[in-house]
Amino acid sequence: MIERPDSSSASIARNLEGYVGFANLPNQVYRKSVKRGFEFTLMVVGESGLGKSTLINSLFLTELYSKDYPGPSQRIKKTVQVEQSKVLIKEGGVQLTLTIVDTPGFGDAVDNSNCWQPVINYIDSKCEDFLNAESRVNRRMMPDNRVHCCLYFIAPSGHGLKPLDIEFMKRLHDKVNVIPLIAKADTLTPEECQQFKKQIMKEIQEHKIKIYEFPDSEDDEDSKVIRKIKEKMPLAVVGSNVVIEVNGKKVRGRQYPWGVAEVENGEHCDFTVLRNMLIRTHMQDLKDVTNNVHYENYRSRKLAAVTCNGVDATKTKGQLTKSPLAQMEEERREHVTKMKKMETEMEQVFEMKVKEKKQKLKDSEAELERRHEQMKKNLEAQYKELEEKRKQYEEEKMSWEAQQRILEQQKLDASKTMEKNKKKGKIF
Amino acid sequence: MSVAVGSKPSPSEDLRNLALSGHVGFDSLPDQLVNKSTTQGFCFNILCVGETGIGKSTLMDTLFNTKFEGDPASHNEPGVRLKARSYELQESNVRLKLTTVDTVGFGDQINKEDSYKPIVEYIDAQFEAYLQEELKIKRSLFNYHDSRIHACLYFIAPTGHSLKSLDLVTMKKLDSKVNIIPIIAKADTIAKNELHKFKSKIMSELVSNGVQIYQFPTDEETVAEINATMSVHLPFAVVGSTEEVKIGNKMAKARQYPWGVVQVENENHCDFVKLREMLIRVNMEDLREQTHSRHYELYRRCKLEEMGFKDTDPDCKPFSLQETYEAKRNEFLGELQKKEEEMRQMFVMRVKEKETELKEAEKELHEKFDRLKKTHQDEKKKLEDKKKEIEDEVGAFSKKKAAVQLLQAQQAGSQSTKKDKDKKNSSFT
Repeated sequence: MIERPDSSSASIARNLEGYVGFANLPNQVYRKSVKRGFEFTLMVVGESGLGKSTLINSLFLTELYSKDYPGPSQRIKKTVQVEQSKVLIKEGGVQLTLTIVDTPGFGDAVDNSNCWQPVINYIDSKCEDFLNAESRVNRRMMPDNRVHCCLYFIAPSGHGLKPLDIEFMKRLHDKVNVIPLIAKADTLTPEECQQFKKQIMKEIQEHKIKIYEFPDSEDDEDSKVIRKIKEKMPLAVVGSNVVIEVNGKKVRGRQYPWGVAEVENGEHCDFTVLRNMLIRTHMQDLKDVTNNVHYENYRSRKLAAVTCNGVDATKTKGQLTKSPLAQMEEERREHVTKMKKMETEMEQVFEMKVKEKKQKLKDSEAELERRHEQMKKNLEAQYKELEEKRKQYEEEKMSWEAQQRILEQQKLDASKTMEKNKKKGKIF
Repeated sequence: MSVAVGSKPSPSEDLRNLALSGHVGFDSLPDQLVNKSTTQGFCFNILCVGETGIGKSTLMDTLFNTKFEGDPASHNEPGVRLKARSYELQESNVRLKLTTVDTVGFGDQINKEDSYKPIVEYIDAQFEAYLQEELKIKRSLFNYHDSRIHACLYFIAPTGHSLKSLDLVTMKKLDSKVNIIPIIAKADTIAKNELHKFKSKIMSELVSNGVQIYQFPTDEETVAEINATMSVHLPFAVVGSTEEVKIGNKMAKARQYPWGVVQVENENHCDFVKLREMLIRVNMEDLREQTHSRHYELYRRCKLEEMGFKDTDPDCKPFSLQETYEAKRNEFLGELQKKEEEMRQMFVMRVKEKETELKEAEKELHEKFDRLKKTHQDEKKKLEDKKKEIEDEVGAFSKKKAAVQLLQAQQAGSQSTKKDKDKKNSSFT
């Protein structure tokens, strides 16, 4: 027997009178996470030549794409492929298994209809793998290969989003965290950039595209920073593989006759903002949103499809709060009641029919009885009649015979007298 | 445009180790993770198993430096029941939702065979609740209040000899379901020399009976050393007290005896500090992790296998979750259909039976009436015969009558002529 008070009311806040030690918990968590290592999957999507590979190299300060491992634009493809590169990078004792997923061929064809399909398929297949691994009976440490973030590169036209951009983002915004970026931002002046950003955000809102939203922080300082970032969306970035010396400092940048566009200069482009946000502050949140929102959506859609076969859509809402097994249990119970009802109904019909038939039999029995009675009566009447007749006849016979006898007697007497008379000589 | 899909490996699928040419900044990842957990808050659930009066509540109070409410339990409980209480504690910026579960009435009954059952049931129930949440279609695991037991403190009575059989039985039942940390309660009744012998006896008994108690992890460099040194002192002999006694010029938690003062936080007096260190400061997270990755997984595996789930089909190809569910569902629907069919069949049979019955009755009735009809026919015939008889008689009689009448008429006629003759004759004389 268990006594469990209602958790919301019985959670009593306590003030501790002395050091207990669980303030050390965060450190324990820290240690364990470092030991486990981290994983992150980043997807880059955009037409070729927008500087995707360069940006990746700049972001992670490493030669992910190099001569030996060329970036997506270097590999000319006729069809859209989805390819992944896995690298292991270490920093400050922290190990990160980084997977970069690129999509060579995206938007490069003349007819780009459905070029987002391979991307969607890839994302879904990773979710499927995770779902299957999570649902096994024997589970082990599951590697998290789901796509945590998708950087979408917008060409710096200066006007607005292209139809392909809108279509792609609309199709992917509820499957993965989409972060739109303005590529090659060094072709836009600050005013043009501002204008462009405004236009893009307007179009994003018009089309109800849900790009990745930074969670609000309880900390006031953080909130300020976050608000600043939000105002700069979408981020306009510049990437570079080349290190140039500017004013005695070595910086990554692009050398032009008219100057150097520095990658990490906040006034030149939003690269630092992107890097800080993507790697230094919100990497974990991107993973959490992928796990808690996008993956859960995928999972519930998948499982709902399995369990609601043949059930009309109006019923599914209530069933989603249960596991498929619990739902089957409930369906079983429902079925039992249904069967009981059916049984009683059938019983009723059966009884009724039996009663009917019995009644019919009874009726015909009664009918036959009646007829028999009638016939019997008839016969009896006839018998009686016959008896009457016989009686009559007997009486008649008797009376006639009596009459005859009298006549005979008379005759006899008459003949006797005649004889006497004859004898007496009256007659000679 | 043809569309090709596939995650084809880039030139080398092996994991490349790359060097960084500057500070990228992902070394903040653990901090990001920790910040997230801290904002969410932590939760920890302790189960205390031990006889009534052995000091469970006092120890909890001492460990967490606070007075948890509750009246001392009586010895008259009819069975073992579990009482859970939740508290929200905060230390610096860390919030902890602590749940203490007490076994009320443990060891008080005369027949203690079933004492372990409510405990096992409680632990299983928490696992089941988590499993159900995990299996839901629309679930919210990230803000699920985890009620699974993370640590079980097993209070051993300070007899000084060995473990009681109830202890062995109970711990054996619990060791695959929860992290067991055995402790010697009320250790201030055992002398130092006896304590050492007692501890060895207990440990050897646990080993020889195959009881798996919680092992402090030694795989991480930072904690390996401290865990190893502490493990030597298992099981921890503890003393609990919420009363403070003045020691020197400080107030410390202690128990005052005529012969001296037992200081709770003095490592020479008892192992309380070691327990606090191990349980809370060093291994709390590991206890939570073990509960989730070992005990819960074991429970889940058993439960799923019980329900008929398998990972691979007879051909050793892995099942996808969808296939498994679909197969189960089809099986289930098939079962339901079969049941319906069975019921229908049963009815059909009954109907047939009843029909034959009624047909029999009908037949009988017809036969009866056929017989009656026949009898009636016979009677009618008899009647006819009799009628004929009478008619014949009447006919014969009328004929006779007619004949006699005729004769009589003739005779009368002849007699009248005779009379006339006679008269004539007589008139001649």
